[in-house]
Amino acid sequence: MSTDQSIADEGIVYEGELPVEDPYSLSYETGQGTVYTVSGGDWDSISTPDEGERERIVVNMGPQHPSTHGVLRLILELEGETVVDTRCGIGYLHTGIEKNMEYRTWTQGVTFVTRMDYLSPFFNETAYCLGVEKLLGVTDQIPERASTIRVLMMELNRISSHLVALATGGMELGALTAMTFGFRERELILDIFEMVTGLRMNSAFVRPGGVAQDITDDQVARIRETLPLLRKRMKDTADLLVDNAIWMGRTVGVGYLDLAGCMALGITGPILRSTGLPHDLRKSQPYCGYETYEFDVPTQDTCDAYGRFLIRVAEMQESIKLVEQALDRLRPGPVMIEDKKIAWPARLSIGGDGQGNSPEHIKEIMSQSMEALIHHFKLVTEGFTVPTGQVYSAIESPRGELGVHIVSDGGTRPYRVHYRDPSFNNLQATAAMSNGSMISDVIAAVASIDPVMGGVDR
Amino acid sequence: MSDQQSVSPAEAGLEVAASATVMPEDVRELEIIGVRHGAFSAQDGGDTSGFGGLVAPIVMPGPTERPYGGWFDAAADEIELALADQGLPMATAVERVVVDRDEITFVVRREHLLPFVTVLRDEPALRFEMCMGVNGVHYPADAGRELHAVYPFLSVTHNRRIRVEVTCPDSDARIPSIVSVYPANDWHERETYDFFGIVFEGHPALTRIEMPDDWPGHPQRKDYPLGGIPVEYKGAEVPPPDQRRAYT
Amino acid sequence: MGLEEKLPSGVLLTTVEKVAGYARKGSLWPATFGLACCAIEMMATGGPRYDLARFGMEVFRASPRQADLMIVAGRVSQKMAPVLRQIYDQMPNPKWVLAMGVCASSGGMFNNYAVVQGVDHVVPVDMYLPGCPPRPEMLIDAILKIHDQIQDMKLGVNAVREQEQLEVAALTAAPTLEMRGLLR
Repeated sequence: MSTDQSIADEGIVYEGELPVEDPYSLSYETGQGTVYTVSGGDWDSISTPDEGERERIVVNMGPQHPSTHGVLRLILELEGETVVDTRCGIGYLHTGIEKNMEYRTWTQGVTFVTRMDYLSPFFNETAYCLGVEKLLGVTDQIPERASTIRVLMMELNRISSHLVALATGGMELGALTAMTFGFRERELILDIFEMVTGLRMNSAFVRPGGVAQDITDDQVARIRETLPLLRKRMKDTADLLVDNAIWMGRTVGVGYLDLAGCMALGITGPILRSTGLPHDLRKSQPYCGYETYEFDVPTQDTCDAYGRFLIRVAEMQESIKLVEQALDRLRPGPVMIEDKKIAWPARLSIGGDGQGNSPEHIKEIMSQSMEALIHHFKLVTEGFTVPTGQVYSAIESPRGELGVHIVSDGGTRPYRVHYRDPSFNNLQATAAMSNGSMISDVIAAVASIDPVMGGVDR
Repeated sequence: MSDQQSVSPAEAGLEVAASATVMPEDVRELEIIGVRHGAFSAQDGGDTSGFGGLVAPIVMPGPTERPYGGWFDAAADEIELALADQGLPMATAVERVVVDRDEITFVVRREHLLPFVTVLRDEPALRFEMCMGVNGVHYPADAGRELHAVYPFLSVTHNRRIRVEVTCPDSDARIPSIVSVYPANDWHERETYDFFGIVFEGHPALTRIEMPDDWPGHPQRKDYPLGGIPVEYKGAEVPPPDQRRAYT
Repeated sequence: MGLEEKLPSGVLLTTVEKVAGYARKGSLWPATFGLACCAIEMMATGGPRYDLARFGMEVFRASPRQADLMIVAGRVSQKMAPVLRQIYDQMPNPKWVLAMGVCASSGGMFNNYAVVQGVDHVVPVDMYLPGCPPRPEMLIDAILKIHDQIQDMKLGVNAVREQEQLEVAALTAAPTLEMRGLLR
């Protein structure tokens, strides 16, 4: 850039040397050869390059693109159809959530955190709440029913997230029916979410201390009714693509990243499990009672996009098993921690005009006990305080290890919350996976990484 | 481990009554990162609660003495031996060790960060293969050590976690980059540079990653405003979140 | 169906504006501008249960040159705003913009440095749809309201006259800060 620019009345004034004579000229020399600028229809105005120069084109698959899995900018250097270098431009969805949380209470942080990785909101919430509970030191005081409901919601979320991965992956590679099937199945799960939490997505249901609201017996019965239908339909969706010659042709051998590459790049999740390593935080560092559930960790050893796709299909089946086990072990009990200084005070119920505080609770705080009113008020507006310290809590989200580093300064607001999002980390592997392959393989590789740009940019 | 920021409350400029400060048995020094004035963060006067005169230090968990408990001691011994093999005494590299809430944090001096993490990766008894990124934390009141960079590590072979923390002052915000040892940290270091201004020396391409390339300032520092706008609503105006009354 | 039997000798009288409006709203092609969580709900609206195809809109054109309606679904960050404007500029007239969700309408819950506080800072918006994220039925309701707008769109001289009237009305209208009441 020039050394000094000032916008004077006559326009922009440059002082010093411009690196380029005229940036809008058709060609100019740089240290690495000649750069030609073309804008369409004028290809024949470029002189043919000299013998020694290779023709390298830089193509921008911009942030608005149907196949880049969200607002991801892929900058590809091409020689013909072969990709020589891939760079990812991210940050197009940066929302400043982490900074915004520093101005909200600990419980309000859940509503922010839920919108980071928007395809797996329950995982974001649970990772955050587990971290806050670790800071509070109340991890073993969380009621068992709350942990079971958390597991139930997380596993249903895993299924819906993998369905979207299959659906959008299929759509990006041209299998549009996979999109239709995947979203139809997902509606079944979103119905369950709406029945239990009130919202289809981004529900802020898991709160520090437990979950916001209990799940009733007829809701449990409804979920049980949906499971066989879900299992059959998931199999239908998977059958569209498993052993499909065209799908296999697009994904077998594509996006190859072996174990050494995964370890070097810190990749976790289905990509790591496609190399054969059965690393799953639910098994190795269990949380929420996962050590008491029976499930397998599916792995493949082909290290390619097809292997990751098969792992996602198998993980959906495992999640259904986990959902059934969670439903079976629901025992009556509280869903919020006993300690009234931390527990969310509201008791919600469904009334004539929708969901709100239950009439009994309103009666108690408004007419019976002033202290209860003050207590409710203080907990909602000011929130509880968390002792100083820092903690790193990690869970296994559908995309890999979702870690959250929380620093508390002893107040009612987080001092610093930082998410180690798996998509952010795993997207670094794009270059390793796609250099040397064709452009269409880049799409397949990114689809197999399954990044969610909300988590990448936060 | 004796030259870190260990201050008695009197040195930190707090006026403390003689009988006031009661320290628990196992805390030798305090790590004070700031002072909290009043209870409601009301800056505009008019705080009639009577809590406005409170002055409380914000104390982070202090250094822990041996034994640390569990596998931490064995790991610390391994690190000490491995560092000694390279001619680096533990006390030079590591400022202090904090064991808090079942997690161990090694606060390492930034000049010795690279040998330290190389040891973490290569020693067979440690084998922390994965680095879970860098997190920056800005403590503006912690003079001389304002910016902290926190690195969580995961060992897949031994199934355990460790944390390394490095500090640097605002005036000289440089930390060696560990991308040569852990390539996974590439984007994480770029993000920490983007949000805090910590320059990671030795990083192959340290540029902004989340904010636009020509964005001024580093947004997630504490001295950077949240940047919201006031909201008009039905005849009233609600100020942005960082200018409202806070109950911290 | 059956309209022909009711008409005398199968003739239907209408105006050019109504026919043009009917044709335009009948196959309004949205441009893919899904950014965040609202994009998933937009995809669900295009899915089998809440079917956008019955309105002629299941074809989400990737190229803005072939699109009519830009549904800005999700939070627009500062880095994305120029891209948004460029896509809007690349759309040919007539074009409409629907700000889906609170983040696109007003910045939503993210009142901070990184999010544009309402996409109308960048492009002119025809329909604001609140919700976080809005249900597919809400999106369809907003789309149908846009369809009504398009059906009633004026052409030629009428359009010029209507623009002038709207300008005068907007210049003399009361600012939001001074409005009272429920504003429903």
